[in-house]
Amino acid sequence: MNLFCVGLSHHTADVAMRERFAGHAETDCILRSAGCAEALLLTTCNRVEVYAASSARVPTEEIARCLVRMGDHEEMTAFYRHENADCVQHLFRVASGLDSMVVGETEILGQAKKAYELARASGAAGPYLHRLFQRAFRVAKQVRTHTEITRGSVSVGSVAVDLAQRIFGQLNNCKVLVLGAGETSERTARSLVSRGVPDLRVSNRSIDRAQELARLVDGRAVRFDEWPQHCREIDILITSTSSEAPLLTPETLAPMLCSRIDRPLFIIDIAVPRDVDPSVNKMEGVYLYDIDSLQSVAAQSLAHRRQQITAAEAIIAEHVADFGESISRVLNRKSPSTEHRAIGDTSLHASES
Amino acid sequence: MDRQLLIVSTICFLAAVARTIMSLRAGIFRPGRFNFLAIGLGFIFQTAFLSIRGHALGRCPLTNLFEVFIFLAWSIAVLYMLVGPAYRLSLMGAFTAPLVVLLQSFALITPIDIRHPVKLPANQWLEFHASVSLVSYGAFALACIAGVMYLVQERQLKTHQLHSIFYHLPPLTDLFAAITRLLWWGFALYTVGLISGFFVGQPLPYAQVVCAFGVWLLYGAILQGRHLRRLAPKHVAALCIVGFSAALTLLWGITFTAQIQSLP
Repeated sequence: MNLFCVGLSHHTADVAMRERFAGHAETDCILRSAGCAEALLLTTCNRVEVYAASSARVPTEEIARCLVRMGDHEEMTAFYRHENADCVQHLFRVASGLDSMVVGETEILGQAKKAYELARASGAAGPYLHRLFQRAFRVAKQVRTHTEITRGSVSVGSVAVDLAQRIFGQLNNCKVLVLGAGETSERTARSLVSRGVPDLRVSNRSIDRAQELARLVDGRAVRFDEWPQHCREIDILITSTSSEAPLLTPETLAPMLCSRIDRPLFIIDIAVPRDVDPSVNKMEGVYLYDIDSLQSVAAQSLAHRRQQITAAEAIIAEHVADFGESISRVLNRKSPSTEHRAIGDTSLHASES
Repeated sequence: MDRQLLIVSTICFLAAVARTIMSLRAGIFRPGRFNFLAIGLGFIFQTAFLSIRGHALGRCPLTNLFEVFIFLAWSIAVLYMLVGPAYRLSLMGAFTAPLVVLLQSFALITPIDIRHPVKLPANQWLEFHASVSLVSYGAFALACIAGVMYLVQERQLKTHQLHSIFYHLPPLTDLFAAITRLLWWGFALYTVGLISGFFVGQPLPYAQVVCAFGVWLLYGAILQGRHLRRLAPKHVAALCIVGFSAALTLLWGITFTAQIQSLP
């Protein structure tokens, strides 16, 4: 029995090509037309992959035909194929987030679990894929526990929310003021609300826009000339106005801080040009992050995640070898006469097509 | 026999320190169960040492600088085990273990385990005064450690350079709440210790009394500044380090003087 994976991903195909293949595949077609004994389809926005087990070699073109109704010969260059040990290694890397566009993202594990559940429920996944995917989930968990591949946030919005939690812990006592109703501040505000912020105020030069955003994020609108008074009460300030001159300077902020010396103030300045004078960061208890510093933190996290790849690969390599041995034992026990190629056989290599 | 227990205890704490250093070098800081178990084991051996020494002396083992240091290390460990999990300060173990290793190693290496030529008579007030004071020192030590953690995190947040350790530190506001509680506990116990010192029935050296009140006033001022919101959290954290250094110097001075006076 051969285990193999055929697919395309963000590494080999652009989004235009990926979307042509996503959503058209039918596991039935792979099982019946292509002649696979077991098949599982993993479709995400970044990849379309078929994991299958078959007694005879199934050509990549055959699988590709099941993925898209109108096959184009040129599109075949985007497909890759991994067999046996390489297929196992590939799935372990995918489930652990090593093959993802953002290294270490965890969403893929949930997607893989969902794909497996669908295949299991429909009967398309049998004992081989069952063992393979159960092991993949175990590997992903181990990689996540024993390395820091998922540490930190890698997008501006999530970095801001992450930092807020590092400063305040639980956000369910925090008060937030959003100054300027831009798209990024809206996204950040939404993330904060989703993490439990109960009090969100929105201020904008246009009160209509402030009211609109306040309605969207379940907050309340504040008149633009009143926002400095709110700075005495709030814990987090998100600012993204189009002001040419800084709205907050140490001189304007100092009187507001007098009554809140023991409470930190976290300022997220995502405006360009900046709304907050950088020297505000030197003030006691004030933590100012502008768009560059948020991006820098995101880059640090991503770099750290990349450093963890070697450790994660080592864990995966151990499991690939062990899985190869264990499945060979199972196959030998089941049908000693059946001819099969050992999955752990190092003579087998992935063939890209 | 009792010193061997102490050596094993120090090795346990050292294991926690080594694990922390290895994690930091690998870029993966994970306090985990190992540190807590190593500290727990070290604490058991510390307790066994103090118990054996206490039985041998027929009183609380606080008769020389060596025993004082071990008792202080024990207080720090016991308070960490009580406070750490309660306030989810598991990382505190990574900072606690080096301090305990330092205290115990110093006690083991230097010739300060001087046995008194005559068995000292039991003095309940003196024992109460010394043990309560040392437990308060343990609370001050943990407040100092929490202060270091606060300053490390504050610095990283200010400079926007977030290292591996940052992601394992408790939130800034939680740390500050822990510092405040530890200061209150330490201050209350220190006050009790200070008052009980007047009942020991021995003449108290003037310099010691002044210094002890100086430390009491320093911690009182920190708490007052905190209560009246005159001190920023960063300054409170820094003053915890200053306060503990002062308290430790005083402790050394008291024990050293007592030891000199007791020599024939």
